[in-house]
Amino acid sequence: MLKTENLGYAYAGSPPLRFPNIECAKGEHWLVLGESGSGKTTLLHLLGGLLSPKEGRIVLGDTEMNQLSRSALDQFRGQHIGIIFQTAHFVQSLSVGDNLALAQSLAGMKVNRERIRELLSRLGLEHKLRSKPSQLSVGEKQRASIARAIINQPAVILADEPTSALDDSNCKQVIELLEEQAQAVNATLLVVTHDARLKDHISHQISID
Amino acid sequence: MNLLKLSWKNLTNKPLNMLLSLVLFGLGVGLISLLLVLNDQLQEKFEKNLAGVDLVIGAKGSPLQLILSSMYHIDAPTGNIPIKAATPFLREGHPIIETSIPLSLGDSHRGFRVVGTEPEILDLYNAQIAEGQMWNKTLEVVAGAAVADELGLKIGDTFKSSHGFDQNEDLIHEDAESFIIVGTLAPTGSVIDQLLLTRFSSPWAVHEHGHEDEEGHNHEEDDPDHEGHSHEDHDHEGHDHGDSEHRHDHSSGNAEPYPEDLLAYKDKQITSILVKFKGHNIQALNMQRAINENTEMQAATPAIEINRLYALMGTGTKALRWLAIVIIIVSGLSIFISLYSSLKERRYELALMRVMGASRGRLLALIILEGLLLAVLGYLLGMALSHGAMYLLADQMKETYQYTFSWTNFLIEEAYLLGGALLIGLVAALIPALQVQGMDISDTLADG
Repeated sequence: MLKTENLGYAYAGSPPLRFPNIECAKGEHWLVLGESGSGKTTLLHLLGGLLSPKEGRIVLGDTEMNQLSRSALDQFRGQHIGIIFQTAHFVQSLSVGDNLALAQSLAGMKVNRERIRELLSRLGLEHKLRSKPSQLSVGEKQRASIARAIINQPAVILADEPTSALDDSNCKQVIELLEEQAQAVNATLLVVTHDARLKDHISHQISID
Repeated sequence: MNLLKLSWKNLTNKPLNMLLSLVLFGLGVGLISLLLVLNDQLQEKFEKNLAGVDLVIGAKGSPLQLILSSMYHIDAPTGNIPIKAATPFLREGHPIIETSIPLSLGDSHRGFRVVGTEPEILDLYNAQIAEGQMWNKTLEVVAGAAVADELGLKIGDTFKSSHGFDQNEDLIHEDAESFIIVGTLAPTGSVIDQLLLTRFSSPWAVHEHGHEDEEGHNHEEDDPDHEGHSHEDHDHEGHDHGDSEHRHDHSSGNAEPYPEDLLAYKDKQITSILVKFKGHNIQALNMQRAINENTEMQAATPAIEINRLYALMGTGTKALRWLAIVIIIVSGLSIFISLYSSLKERRYELALMRVMGASRGRLLALIILEGLLLAVLGYLLGMALSHGAMYLLADQMKETYQYTFSWTNFLIEEAYLLGGALLIGLVAALIPALQVQGMDISDTLADG
């Protein structure tokens, strides 16, 4: 379960941002909608432990994330949270397979090549196992970044504008794939976006202004 | 996926950048290593060949040349000295001289020097007969281990020597009797391995064959014609046989032409004498000055002359060492620039790694490992270059110095060099690594 209470953040020289409380049960899929500049990405970074809240608390399962030490938070994030960004980035020197192995290794988990192969196969990328990220198409990159986010079977998957750069057809494909994969690992999915096309796909919705 | 593998992948992802840093680093390390190895081996050879000799007595001229020619068999001799003048130093029972070994130089065989001397020279270099026996007669030869090995000399083999120390078929004493190998020495690692040792009288015998018709022949002034070539055509620099006045009839069979001891031939000449004192008292110290001031000969102290040689070589070595240090500093800068610019490009990747669970410490270790990896690879390249160069230089050095140089000898200083290389790699990586430490993941990802 992912829960936030009275979450707030302030950038230097900007008015403070306050976010509505969120409570997502295990396996639920949520859409966080908001216009550009509303603080969607800040919220995602707070939920992912990439930023420390100025006020409020974030609880994932039994763990209050903002009480963790810096290094414990790094490991917790690696093991329990998968994050997908608007633009898919990878470690360019590694193959797609090795990027996934790196995600396992950095989270302190044993590298499981069989799982990597099986996951890439599920996403139609088995033939790209040894390809460098630069050899993938935009759609393949987005699918590979989904694979990386779920390789450690996280409790929560956070997606930041995963479809805003895609056409309708690709948008539908990616969101369906995301939901399907989240379901496969029984993860809570939280998509922050301004893409109104996703409203029809995910029923639980929160708006931030 | 361990950090080492990741570092390696990151480095090899931009092979040209890596290659540039490696080549620069390797050149610096290689140059320093080569200087260390060369210096060490030269010093070792020079010191080993001092063989406890305290003084060298020879003809007047450059004292360094006298030492190099008589002890290291590198340079040409300064000339000859009459046995009459040398007798006080060669006679047994001298109050302060323990050993004195006469040397007659001037001829060679296929680049290896033929040295007329006394059997006691073996004790000086702790040499032992490996096969055969010590010479008993004129023209019998005991070959040093390296000569025997290189020329494939066996007991009973014969050869004719040639004038001077260069290989030149025109200068072979075709008209003289042949030398015969009667023994070979076990290897000692000293200069004696490179010599063909023979009785003191052999150089006289070889040389007199060409001049039997000449009365009172003076090698330096007359114009003796050897079969088909004028003696003055020969390269006389570096050899002087010291046979000018004595004549023997040794043309009949195996009769010993010089049956007496060396001191019986007072009108003959030798090249030099290697002297070992009984103790280093004031009389011993005064002997050198007394010879230099009161005789037509000169005396030189090997240790002093070799130190002088080191000082001469030291200037060039120092300049090269500074050049190598400058190259290493530049290569350190190159590693720094390479890492710094690569990290600027890889900021998003590093932020992603934080997202995936990498701690700040882990990223710090990754960048430092990349710097260290470059330094280790540069070091290994440097070692390969220096020892490879040593391998290639060995033959040339052997021709110049008459010593065998090893390319497989590694020095403890080269291990220190690895320490230095690692330190440079660490320092070069530290600034980029600390920058990554202070990176704000959220900002970096938002910029991406």
